[in-house]
Amino acid sequence: MAEELVQEILESINLHRSFDKNTPHVVINANQVLSSKVVEGLVIEPEERPDGVLARLRVLKGYKIKQPVHLCFGMLPETGVQRIILEVDIEDEAEVSFMAHCTFPNAVDIQHLMEADIRVGRNAKYSYFERHWHSDEGLVKVVPVARISLAEGARFSTEFELLKGRVGIIDIDYRTTCAARSTAEMKARIFGRQDDKITIREAAVLEGEDSRAVLTTHIAVKDQAVADINNEIIAKAAGARGHVDCKEIIQGKGVARAVPIVEVRNPKAHVTHEAAIGSVDSRQLQTLMARGLSEEEAVDLIVEGLLS
Amino acid sequence: MALLEIKDLTLSVNSTPILNGLSLEIWEGYVHAVVGPNGAGKSTLANVIMGLPEYRNHGGDILFEGRSIKQLKVDERARLGITLGWQEPARFEGLKVSKFILASARKKDPAEVDRVLTLVGLEPERYRNRAVDRTLSGGERKRIELASILAMKPRLVLLDEPDSGVDIEAIEKIFAAIDYLKSEGATVLLITHSPKVLEKADHAFLICNGFLVDKGEKNKILEYFSGKCLPCPHKNVPDLQVEVKTGGKNG
Repeated sequence: MAEELVQEILESINLHRSFDKNTPHVVINANQVLSSKVVEGLVIEPEERPDGVLARLRVLKGYKIKQPVHLCFGMLPETGVQRIILEVDIEDEAEVSFMAHCTFPNAVDIQHLMEADIRVGRNAKYSYFERHWHSDEGLVKVVPVARISLAEGARFSTEFELLKGRVGIIDIDYRTTCAARSTAEMKARIFGRQDDKITIREAAVLEGEDSRAVLTTHIAVKDQAVADINNEIIAKAAGARGHVDCKEIIQGKGVARAVPIVEVRNPKAHVTHEAAIGSVDSRQLQTLMARGLSEEEAVDLIVEGLLS
Repeated sequence: MALLEIKDLTLSVNSTPILNGLSLEIWEGYVHAVVGPNGAGKSTLANVIMGLPEYRNHGGDILFEGRSIKQLKVDERARLGITLGWQEPARFEGLKVSKFILASARKKDPAEVDRVLTLVGLEPERYRNRAVDRTLSGGERKRIELASILAMKPRLVLLDEPDSGVDIEAIEKIFAAIDYLKSEGATVLLITHSPKVLEKADHAFLICNGFLVDKGEKNKILEYFSGKCLPCPHKNVPDLQVEVKTGGKNG
């Protein structure tokens, strides 16, 4: 039974042919752990709880995990709540990258709640790529909350992608605290349609000297979709550098709002921001139409580029 | 029959006449040039031919192979084989060069991307996966735009100031691409105020203040343009190249 569910989840993310079971991974359906695999240096301790799944992920000191660790979070039922609690500890000098796939192929009314507590040790490296696969109909509510702590020299990057299917409601809340010489990169790329609602609050607090943060959000909304982006960088230490970048394309009756907040508390720190919201650039549109693309094809290509 | 006929074209912007009853014929298989000082109406003419939305409300008519295209939108004109290369090509954040070119290509084959990049003198392995964005110089974007035009295999190519913002080596590649277009049977209309670009044409039109001043073999037009237009202290002479040649607007 578990094997069949794993197969169904992999099929929904188009990995059923290429997925190697020896790849380090965790596969979860609803609040049930279906499969997991570790490699030397990687510790995964999943624990089913009445209200969700607690997964402790640890990379031991100095280990560099070469293969990406796949995290497949599926919700195959039509309705229900999936709650995943992640406790991640990347010990000093360790390196790991995660490929997270969140899939809700049959969603009618689904909630996907994620609470992550992530610690990246001294000179450790952590990257996390999260791709969502939603159905074209139905309601999915996605609420990921992450609190991230970076030790000296740590490198952290996270990327959230939701381009296929309906967004439903998404409410991202990530906050990173950066020690000296650490770097944080947080990126989100989302395409909202119909009456989707997108809310993003990302923050980086540059506590340590020479720490760095870049927050990038690229959003497209069409129909009646609404996006509300609040990205914040606070620089407290000398040499801290940060940049907030928000670009949103609106079509139809879509509504986009961007509030980049930059706060600098040290004269030797420097933070910049840029935000651009608008319809598709007319010169871009005309260029592609002058090559024979219809207006709709041209818009799709421009949006695809922005969200790539 | 001419490939393109412009008949008594008029256009005003904010009540200012830009094109004043312009008529000309573009013959198939030749490289033509529209030459004239800045502000003469050259780019406006190209934009009107392409059917850009801000330039649709004009008087007169435009015939392509004898058929009026006045009511056709940009993409409909493009599907007839008409296309435009802009003086300042657009940037496309995140859009890969290969996708940009393939979107235009008649032959949807990745090998086509490499072929046309090579034709404009850009190494495919260096450029195909780059984005058509601010990381490319103006000259690189100009050549990539030209590559997309080559991939389209158009019948009539309007090139607005093809030498603008590019270095000498890139200009030579652009000129080679114009030769290639001609060899493939395409008709080219160069919009320029540069004698060097005018040299590429077989035939030229001289316009000023939206009027056709003269037309004919390129050397005749070049002589007139260099001898009379470039030294002219007319209000349409703001650009640096002209000032250098004439020793300044009052020179």
